[in-house]
Amino acid sequence: MVYLIRVQLREDYSNLIFYLSPLVAVVLTLFFGSFIFLILDLSPIESFKIFFISPISNSYGISELFVKATPLAIIALGLSYCFKNNIYNIGAEGQLTMGAIFGGGIGLLFNDSTSVFLLPLMILFGAIGGSFWATIPAILKTKFNTNEILTSLMLTYVALFILDYFVVGPWKDPEGYGLPKSMPFPDAGRLPVLFDGLRVHIGVYFAMIICFITYIVYNKTLFGFKLKVSGLSSKASQYAGFKYKNLIFYTFIISGACAGLAGLFEVSGPIGLLYRDISPNYGFTAIIVAFLGRLNPIGIILSSLLIALTYLGAEDAQLFLKIPSAVGFVFQGLVLFFLLGTDFLNKYRVSIE
Amino acid sequence: MQSIVEFKNIFKTYPGVIANDDVSFNIKEQSIHAILGENGAGKSTLVKILYGHVKPDSGEILINSDLAIINSPSTAKNLGINMVFQHFSLFESLTVAENLILGMNENISLTKLKDKSKTICDKYGFNLNLNSPISSLSVGQRQSVEIVRSLLNNPKILIMDEPTSVLTPDEISKLFKIIKNLVKDGLTVIFISHKLEEIINLSDYVTIMRNGKVVSTISTQNEDPETLGYKMLGYKVSKAKQVSDNNFSQEIFNIKNLSTQSKDPFTVNLNKIDLNLIKGQIFGIAGVAGNGQKELMEILLNENDYEFSGDIFFKDLNINNLSTFQRKSLSISYVTEDRLGHSAVPEMSLSENIFLSMNHKSEFKKGYFINFKKINSFANDVIKNFKVDTPSYNVKAGKLSGGNLQKFIIGREIMSNPELLILSQPTWGIDAGSEAFIKKTIVELSQKGVSIIIISHDLDELLEVCHEIAVLYEGSLSKPLNVENINITKLGKYMGGLFD
Repeated sequence: MVYLIRVQLREDYSNLIFYLSPLVAVVLTLFFGSFIFLILDLSPIESFKIFFISPISNSYGISELFVKATPLAIIALGLSYCFKNNIYNIGAEGQLTMGAIFGGGIGLLFNDSTSVFLLPLMILFGAIGGSFWATIPAILKTKFNTNEILTSLMLTYVALFILDYFVVGPWKDPEGYGLPKSMPFPDAGRLPVLFDGLRVHIGVYFAMIICFITYIVYNKTLFGFKLKVSGLSSKASQYAGFKYKNLIFYTFIISGACAGLAGLFEVSGPIGLLYRDISPNYGFTAIIVAFLGRLNPIGIILSSLLIALTYLGAEDAQLFLKIPSAVGFVFQGLVLFFLLGTDFLNKYRVSIE
Repeated sequence: MQSIVEFKNIFKTYPGVIANDDVSFNIKEQSIHAILGENGAGKSTLVKILYGHVKPDSGEILINSDLAIINSPSTAKNLGINMVFQHFSLFESLTVAENLILGMNENISLTKLKDKSKTICDKYGFNLNLNSPISSLSVGQRQSVEIVRSLLNNPKILIMDEPTSVLTPDEISKLFKIIKNLVKDGLTVIFISHKLEEIINLSDYVTIMRNGKVVSTISTQNEDPETLGYKMLGYKVSKAKQVSDNNFSQEIFNIKNLSTQSKDPFTVNLNKIDLNLIKGQIFGIAGVAGNGQKELMEILLNENDYEFSGDIFFKDLNINNLSTFQRKSLSISYVTEDRLGHSAVPEMSLSENIFLSMNHKSEFKKGYFINFKKINSFANDVIKNFKVDTPSYNVKAGKLSGGNLQKFIIGREIMSNPELLILSQPTWGIDAGSEAFIKKTIVELSQKGVSIIIISHDLDELLEVCHEIAVLYEGSLSKPLNVENINITKLGKYMGGLFD
């Protein structure tokens, strides 16, 4: 007897479930995550408390949540432009790094400046750096039909090595005891914090503004309409007369600018200088944030907070439960896995005959 | 000679269509038996029933006078029935031998299989290198692989679906020689075709089908293409009509010497197409599917900068290099063959689908923003004027029935006030009520002075609404025939590729 697995497209798949599936994925993650704790001989309930509740039980924790969620949200909002258009830019980490190099470079160039224009200039160059790095895969895709997944990913490593070169080479702090880091940015090049003593910074406002603009673009503008159509059907987009190649450029530039902005906020905000590890994989994690938020600007804000919590939880878990902080990435991976699974089952009917 | 296959009262219905209506005929052993008919005549359904791909609603098939219940292609293979499809199913990156072994039901070693295949190739003159990858083979050679794969199963009956449609004339004559030799050695070949001359040259018998019914099964010995063509089309009615006088002779649209030279084997190259359209005229392009309709529509729409030589004029303006967007702005409207995912996006609302085709019109935009208020009221007008059955313009296009969505799309294009409307398969797969409504709308539109081109496989439809009809055959367009006093024999010849 041979069993055949049959996968059929559902003719009428549910919109409600489409928006509920992130919740289902989170519940499944918690359920299967508790097995991980059991295997490690830890009480799941206690562990979850340390993982998800204690990190945000004080004002410092909540501030840290926003510190982590801000870059995730900004990058994911940018990525949603690409993903809506079925362009898979997975090189946001590299674009973030380029933004930090460009914007941070301005901060180092004018390191004795006290001008109020220094920070805006750094922010501008951060965005330019990110979008510059993102146009490379866009050009390669439109001119040579290369796969943007590969090129954008590979360029990430190029960007990381460029940063490496600068911080051990020309930009190395002469008074830094030979450590691979730059001089600190001048105060005029630092991102203002929202509350004294806490690290949460004005990047939060940027995330909110980008969220609002994105919402308007997606729902009210011709550009948003073009993205929606070409994401749903490339043939219909041609029928409508939209130029797909232009859309590829625009979406790469937007997502690159957002990633670059996030990179600059990291170095001029919490970090204050350039060094090797400026980002704990924000650029990659933002891919999960974008999909978990259903490419919807408001959904992305919510999912960025949830995923930010896994970062904090992992740190606390390392401290109090003595388990590696990589558990945080395990949870991020589980969420994505279950999300893709629920999406698949919502779209297709699977039967065995 | 006795009958190897007997079809007895086969019925098969699909929603809204009777594909096979009481089909009964016999196929003699060791003969070449052609099945002839227009698109949608039921040929493919019938052979798919024989091959176990489709289940008939009722009726019986006898193989060698024994009742055969064929539930699946593998039962068919066990009964000695094999099929070569029009679209090949080969793995490009694997070698010929590897592809052959994948088709085998029995366990056999690769060396043994190679020996066996080599014997077949040598005997019948297939020119195949068993170790070369499929990707390096020509279309004709790929077909040879498919045929050898079938022959390895020692079939009694071989079904071939339009085997010559992808071959060059040289390859066709080779294939015919092979088929004749196979039949000499005991095989029975059933082949589907709409090419009249081919059928007369190759086959011993032909069954002519029309609208799911068998018209007759005859020996091809005393037939010529003309009589065969007439039998395929049968008696057709055309309504006498003329382009209204006041519009007469003002040329709107011309195609001059349009040709393509694509190297893709799965596209049809267009060959020196000329077409002149006057104001208020309805011009039909008939022909069996796969004769260049898709390519012609592609060039008329210009979505992908399809390469061609020749010129296209709209009101004396050369539009060769104008994009879809620019052509629409010149008031040319299009209704494509595929509704879902081409001329409409199923996941989007009817309003959004209005804007899909109307985004070149400034009245629906406010700078970079979309004026949804105007679009919604436009959508409402389309729904009302074209009797689209839907509760609101917020309904997703995919929720509408085929007929309703088609009325909506055609209504949308008509309400954009085109001077030229190009429709591909406007009534394909929709209910009779919507079909009648659409035909009536098209005729009324032409009376208002709009010129219309209809590309359709449905000859009855074209005869009913068009002023002139030309036939597309293997990329060439026949001279136009006036539908008034149309000569059906001539039309049948054109459909079979016999132009004057």
